Amino acid sequence: MALAVEKSEASTASWEPRIVAFFCNWCTYAAADLAGISRVKYSPNMRMVRVMCSGRIDPSFVLEAFRSGADGVLIGGCNPGDCHYKEGNYKTMRRAMLLSQMLQDLGIEKERFRLEWICASCARELQTTVNKMADDLRRLGPLDWKGV
Amino acid sequence: MTAAGEAPRIGVYVCDCGFNILGAIDVPEVVRYAGGLEGVVLAKEYKYMCSDPGQDLIKKDIREQRLNRVVVASCTPTLHERTFRRVVSEAGLNPFLFNMVNVREGVAWVTEDKARATEKAKALIRAGVRRVALQEPLEARSEPVNPNVLVIGGGIAGMHAALSLANANSGAKVHLVEREPSIGGNMARFDKTFPTLDCASCILTPKMTEVKIHPNIHLHSYAEVVSVEGYVGNFDVTIEHKPRYVNEDLCIGCLKCVEACVYRDARFPNAFDLGLAKRKPIYIPFPQAVPTKVLIDPMDCLYLKLGKCKKTCVDACEKGAIDFAQAAVRAQVKVGTIIVATGFKPFDARRKPQYGYGTLPNVFTALEMERFLSPTGPTEGVPSLKDGSLPRKVGIIHCVGSRDRNTNEYCSKVCCMYSLKLAHLIRERTGAEVYDFYIDMRTPGKGYEEFHEKLLAEGLKVIRGRVAEVTTSALTREEKGHLIIRVEDTLAGFVRRIPVDMVVLSVGLEPQSDTQQLRRMLNLSCGREGFLQELHPKLAPVSTATDGIYIAGACQGPKDIPETVAQAGSAAAEALALVHRGTVEVQPYTAVVDEAVCSGCQVCVGMCPYDAITYDADKGVVHVLEVKCKGCGVCAAACPSSAIDQKHFRNAFVLAEVAGVI
Amino acid sequence: MVAKPKVAFYWCASCGGCEEAVVDLAEKILDVVAAVDIVFWPVALDFKKSDVEAMPDKSIAVSFINGAVRMSEQEEMARLLRRKSGLVVAFGSCAHLGGIPGLANLTDRESIFDWYYRKGPSVSGDGGAAPATKVTVPEGELELPEFWDAAKALDQVIDVDYYLPGCPPTPKLLAEAVGAILSGKSPPKGTVLAGTRALCHECDLNATKPAKLLISDVKRVTEVVIDPKTCYLAQGVICMGPVTRSGCEALCIQGTMPCTGCFGPLDNASDYGGKALSYIASIVDITDEGEARKVMAKVADPAGIFYRYSLPKSKLGRRRARRK
Repeated sequence: MALAVEKSEASTASWEPRIVAFFCNWCTYAAADLAGISRVKYSPNMRMVRVMCSGRIDPSFVLEAFRSGADGVLIGGCNPGDCHYKEGNYKTMRRAMLLSQMLQDLGIEKERFRLEWICASCARELQTTVNKMADDLRRLGPLDWKGV
Repeated sequence: MTAAGEAPRIGVYVCDCGFNILGAIDVPEVVRYAGGLEGVVLAKEYKYMCSDPGQDLIKKDIREQRLNRVVVASCTPTLHERTFRRVVSEAGLNPFLFNMVNVREGVAWVTEDKARATEKAKALIRAGVRRVALQEPLEARSEPVNPNVLVIGGGIAGMHAALSLANANSGAKVHLVEREPSIGGNMARFDKTFPTLDCASCILTPKMTEVKIHPNIHLHSYAEVVSVEGYVGNFDVTIEHKPRYVNEDLCIGCLKCVEACVYRDARFPNAFDLGLAKRKPIYIPFPQAVPTKVLIDPMDCLYLKLGKCKKTCVDACEKGAIDFAQAAVRAQVKVGTIIVATGFKPFDARRKPQYGYGTLPNVFTALEMERFLSPTGPTEGVPSLKDGSLPRKVGIIHCVGSRDRNTNEYCSKVCCMYSLKLAHLIRERTGAEVYDFYIDMRTPGKGYEEFHEKLLAEGLKVIRGRVAEVTTSALTREEKGHLIIRVEDTLAGFVRRIPVDMVVLSVGLEPQSDTQQLRRMLNLSCGREGFLQELHPKLAPVSTATDGIYIAGACQGPKDIPETVAQAGSAAAEALALVHRGTVEVQPYTAVVDEAVCSGCQVCVGMCPYDAITYDADKGVVHVLEVKCKGCGVCAAACPSSAIDQKHFRNAFVLAEVAGVI
Repeated sequence: MVAKPKVAFYWCASCGGCEEAVVDLAEKILDVVAAVDIVFWPVALDFKKSDVEAMPDKSIAVSFINGAVRMSEQEEMARLLRRKSGLVVAFGSCAHLGGIPGLANLTDRESIFDWYYRKGPSVSGDGGAAPATKVTVPEGELELPEFWDAAKALDQVIDVDYYLPGCPPTPKLLAEAVGAILSGKSPPKGTVLAGTRALCHECDLNATKPAKLLISDVKRVTEVVIDPKTCYLAQGVICMGPVTRSGCEALCIQGTMPCTGCFGPLDNASDYGGKALSYIASIVDITDEGEARKVMAKVADPAGIFYRYSLPKSKLGRRRARRK
């Protein structure tokens, strides 16, 4: 991939896990905004990708994230029953169940892939989730995916 | 390559946002980095991108540098995506060829370490640039807005909003739905209001009458909203009218039926008086009720419960309005906007058993005290003890169910003021000595601190301390027969026992008990305490995340009457703005099918909660009904062929962002 | 007389089923034999590697290579045939995607060797030596090919011109492909020589799907008597049809078995297994988390089901390699 030129992480810095986070616009992204407004600090390891609904997340996106170098993937959606689009998060829930199992079958520890329901006012929960995930990943070490 | 096949010419603008971003991120370094990304022809820093000069800078560069894509790295898109899309559009570029990268709420404000914040900002911008290069031009859909408005809740907030809307004479109807038999809400229970000591009924009843007679308001009383479908501009609402067992069109409110009822005496607790007064099975909740119509409680009425009664009420009614066969009726209305003004419920004082509510005699909540003080209440305005005598000493305990880790942590805002008001009125009516037990005196409004001073000058005794308990266990002869308030007087520095005759608990404000059901029906969220959540705590206090639905009054959080009325007016203005525009722009994030790839497997048809996808058996492919599609993208994620994709959130865009953030 | 085009067949990590597919051409094979000059076919003819090495580069018109590549010898032969051939066709699921041998990527060489040579139930005592690339015997030094840690599809080793999908490709597809290539009607390089849409497009049972394809339970083929006249997915049986390339005329469906996905992904698929798991999870219409977990647990071995033929070519390719 032609990313080598653009990668900017300082090579002298000690390794920090990279978390790709898919957040739904209405709940988890709003919680992230609220965290910002309230100056609730959390690990910068998490980088957000915004989608309208957690149900937009194709498991292939998660696989691509791991393949491209992510150490962890986090999906944030609305609590069951609260999906802005009625039922999207139920699909996410079921897909995540199968995906988590398949990832473990492929040797990717279950702490590396998480689905969390984080409501729009839950800035503290977001902080706790992100910080805990970063801690877990530091303990597990880099995933450093190499294919065939 | 952009979707149109031309080479991308991307302009990246990084905002300092004063010191907000500049202070936490090395902006010049980020700009330097952005300038080197593929497709980027210019990268600039500016103090405030959203300001006029900031906006002009973008427009100028689009024209002079022939930019065909723009990225702004600043605050959250929730705040300014619309702004910059408009800017870009004004310069002749399609607004969906713009991408916003959140480096303020998402990075600057949440990261301690500046170096790591800078790296994160770079990663997000890298992702944003990759995404924008692939974005395609789109046209926003314009939908008509139904001018009718639904107001849920007929208290002071709902009524004020309804009247503001109705007086605009837009030609449309306001449907005001109130689930109690009368409008007026909690304010109708009050005697006087602070700080002016206005009579609550005197200022409320004219509004209630106005609502009743206004040609543009359709009042649905004793009714509830049971379902809301649709979206901004086009809501389909189902309202269920509960049966009064009295024909509203015929009843003239003469109350002869009540007098004639086989029950000689009122026997059943009246909800309006919080159970402190009694009523008959056929009743009107209070004399100034609007609409002035009676209703029959089917749980209390002999005929409705047991089928056996002389039905003297029917004989007494000259209009023949009584109708025991009446059933609930559902009505459908179409509205364009909704205002939620469902108010609050008082904290249940039984949750603080140490204060003796419900167990000790003469312990009342503030709202119950309002009924005692009200001239139309159970004691006709003079609060008396259970035995009928007047209290000589009254204790008012602040913060019951507020500022309390065991129940609600928040401050309910109005209790200090209403406690002072109650202290004044109780003293006035009974001559009693009044003690206020407070933690802090919160008197922030106009005339509030002056009111506090006035009360102190009148001889109100104030003791600073959270009351530990109210007990009848006397330690001395003087204490016998009294309610003893045990409290640490924190200013004096010792624990005191103060014997009183009557205790008033200043209960806090909580969300209504069915708030969760309501908000699910409307697709709203709630804050931590359970109040309805506003879109932005400062800049959008009456809007919600659901376009077209606004909130006003105590349902959004505890507040006094002036604030409630202000919010109600604000919500009405927001709704009127939409009505006046007549159209609303809907995001074009809809699903789109590649018919050359679609195999007709129909997995997507079952995915869509809006039934926006149909299967064409002849062509063997599916079709998306754009007007029904809400843009969630669930079908795109499920599609086994990747034949359905979501505009503006295409698979390729998301994957590009993923590659960029790592 | 115009020389007949030279054709070669080779098998890497293969079950031999693709060679069978050629034989299954039945009488049509006579047309094939008449039209081409088979210069290398280890299963059937006695040509040697040295014969191939002696051929001029690109002198073989088409090489049909089947089987996954997981040993050094297979790679060597694949590279040799690539040099000597004008066109290379990845023949069958294994060459196309990794195939069934690709499932070995759910483990690794050390684990495989442990099982078969050291600790498995059929090993007596402490076991013996695991295969090594060189071993000295009285007669001299013997060489064995190196056994890699992971299996690969053919195009992960050499440049491939066309793909014939299927486990095995159907005789009809094979005949069409051979005919097209040899007649000079060359499709664009990289084409998978089968249908372009998913299997549901050519499956007769697609028309029997209900208005909303939603199921409340997942059933294995051993747990239910499948109604052969209704879409199997609608009956709760996992069928890979929606996510699999068409072209096989839904033969398995007609045999009352659900599709297992041997024709592999469609052209624009980002990841076969990811998409398969996505739609299966999506159509199980359960909202209660506990209930959903129970049903999802019935999909035992999701990696095996969803990547049955395509694991090496999937985004992740294999189970995570052991860390040193």
